[in-house]
Amino acid sequence: MSEYAGLGLFMALGAGTILLLLVLTSVLGPRLRFAEKDEPFECGESPLVSPYRRFPVKFYMVAISFIIFDLEVVFLYPWAVVFRDLGWYGLLVAAPFLSMLSIALAYEWMKGALEWD
Amino acid sequence: MESILFWVFSIAAIGGALGMVGTLRNTVYSALWLVVSMLALACLFIMLNAQFVGLIQIMVYAGAIVVLFLFVVMLLNLTGGVMGAEEQPLLKFVGVALAVAVSLQLGSILLRIELPWPEVSPEYGTTAEIGRALYTDYLLPFEVAGVLLLAAIVAALAMAKRERG
Amino acid sequence: MDVALVAKTLFIFAVIMLVFAPLMTWVERKQSALMQDRIGANRADIFGITAIGLIHPVADVIKMITKEDVIPAGAHRLLHTLCPLIAAVPAAISFAVIPYGGSYSAWGAHWSLVVADLDYGLLYVFAIGSIAAYGTVLAGWASNSNWGMLGSLRASAQMLSYEVAMGVSVLGIFMVFGSLRMTDIGVGQQETFRLLGFLEHLGWVAPGTRWVDWVTIPAWGIVLQPLGFFMFLAALMAENKRPPFDTPEGESEIVAGYFIEYSGMKFGLFFMAEWIEVVVIAGLMTALFLGGWSLPWISDQELIGWLSVPFGPNLANLLAMVVNVSVFFVKLCFMIWVQQILRWSLPRFRYDQVMHLGWKILLPLSLVNILVTAILILLVDELAS
Repeated sequence: MSEYAGLGLFMALGAGTILLLLVLTSVLGPRLRFAEKDEPFECGESPLVSPYRRFPVKFYMVAISFIIFDLEVVFLYPWAVVFRDLGWYGLLVAAPFLSMLSIALAYEWMKGALEWD
Repeated sequence: MESILFWVFSIAAIGGALGMVGTLRNTVYSALWLVVSMLALACLFIMLNAQFVGLIQIMVYAGAIVVLFLFVVMLLNLTGGVMGAEEQPLLKFVGVALAVAVSLQLGSILLRIELPWPEVSPEYGTTAEIGRALYTDYLLPFEVAGVLLLAAIVAALAMAKRERG
Repeated sequence: MDVALVAKTLFIFAVIMLVFAPLMTWVERKQSALMQDRIGANRADIFGITAIGLIHPVADVIKMITKEDVIPAGAHRLLHTLCPLIAAVPAAISFAVIPYGGSYSAWGAHWSLVVADLDYGLLYVFAIGSIAAYGTVLAGWASNSNWGMLGSLRASAQMLSYEVAMGVSVLGIFMVFGSLRMTDIGVGQQETFRLLGFLEHLGWVAPGTRWVDWVTIPAWGIVLQPLGFFMFLAALMAENKRPPFDTPEGESEIVAGYFIEYSGMKFGLFFMAEWIEVVVIAGLMTALFLGGWSLPWISDQELIGWLSVPFGPNLANLLAMVVNVSVFFVKLCFMIWVQQILRWSLPRFRYDQVMHLGWKILLPLSLVNILVTAILILLVDELAS
């Protein structure tokens, strides 16, 4: 567990520095507020529409493909580490998994889920 | 030291879960509380020597699944209010039933615990050990997981992608 | 907590946050000035001393801290403030698992130059990076701005896509070195292999022929995984959202993207995160592909052994440490330079090109890379046994 002592110290230092910068800017910065300045930027106009609208479903497709492939990759990390010990057996057992990964990718490609238009 | 850390992370996990329920009016904050809870759980896993599982907890749950939740929230613009359970009696019933089932399961596990905990070697939760177990004894579940993921992709595509025309 | 641990943690933290992070603002400007045939940042001075523009980072920090922090009307104020924090802290703490030197022992003390030598090594960086995505995804959403929202959407889809490509493209390295631990990978790269050794195995030359041993090559990641090197670098650079992958910012299309409504140091923190990440990427590429802290052809034991002859074992360890740390930072600076050259020479990709590269080129290629690597490893192991 000793390695986590250094990690904790490093994390505390990093978070502390960033937090300090944030606090400093909010303390030292001037504060001159008026309605026009507070308006969100819209090229000199007042915003016409709210940004909180529904957005295209293709972003959701990216997210779901990401989850699936991320999960598959997570399974492959332990495989990569023990690959040399497993030898040909390792390749044999991973072959169905890897081919399913490739099939999933090929299917998405064929269906046009990877197109961005 | 270890028990202090245990309490810190446990309270953070429970606090995150409570915060998630408490901010249901604003679903984005709710999702962020879920991330806090997941991170605390990951720390607990790491303290149990299950280092790889802890990391996966962060990568998959905090880093991927909650992002998908956020996407759904932003996609449908659900930030206005909650979908009331009172409008959906079936949902309410299923929710209660699931909560009871999980509580019973947890309770039965707690009753069956034998103290003291068995000693595990420090090597137990390493990536290499997980790899050896996963690719020998647990080979079948692993391959089934592959099929499941493929099915998930097909299902997601079928729902989200209509044929052109 | 012992002194060596605190010392090595403070050292690398100071080098990254107080030397490299501010210096990157200067490097960025000077690089663009050089490549565009300008003189570049040279105006900030203290009593007339400009020090080739090196005063600018100090001036930048002072300027940003003393600027007004404007939060637009209708924004989620708490989240708006949290987002730069969520984006910058992961970048600042990523370097913890990257070894910047080997392990040494002198006068009874024993230490190795990495803050946290974790079993899952690189996965720590990935996990931390996946948390950083929230900072950019929510920054635009929290600012109640149309441009910010567009930038956030682009950023999120891009970061998610390249997280997959990043994970798969580096798998080959793990297979070759059989570990996720960064120090194992560093030590593994100190080995050399005989380029012509296969002639002996095939029986084309008699065993023990002298000239077969002459041509040796260090087993660096870039030698064993050349395709992996370029794919991993591309994926990391896309993950960092700097040009040519800066579509989420795209100042000519969506003004400034997800941080459009940020000012002062909160704005600065997003940039700081990017610059620190440049350093982290350089560190990762060095540790995984460029042999880490070691000189080519010279392993740590050899170096310490040679230095022990004139200086004795204790001093030899210290000297070897100085050599190794210097070698690491020279390689690190080289990788920063590579990234800066790419950043200032390539035009921005279109968004569909970015997604195309991630899903249709990097991902299939890295899958092929895994397969080829697997077969090659097995064949080589078969030959060697």
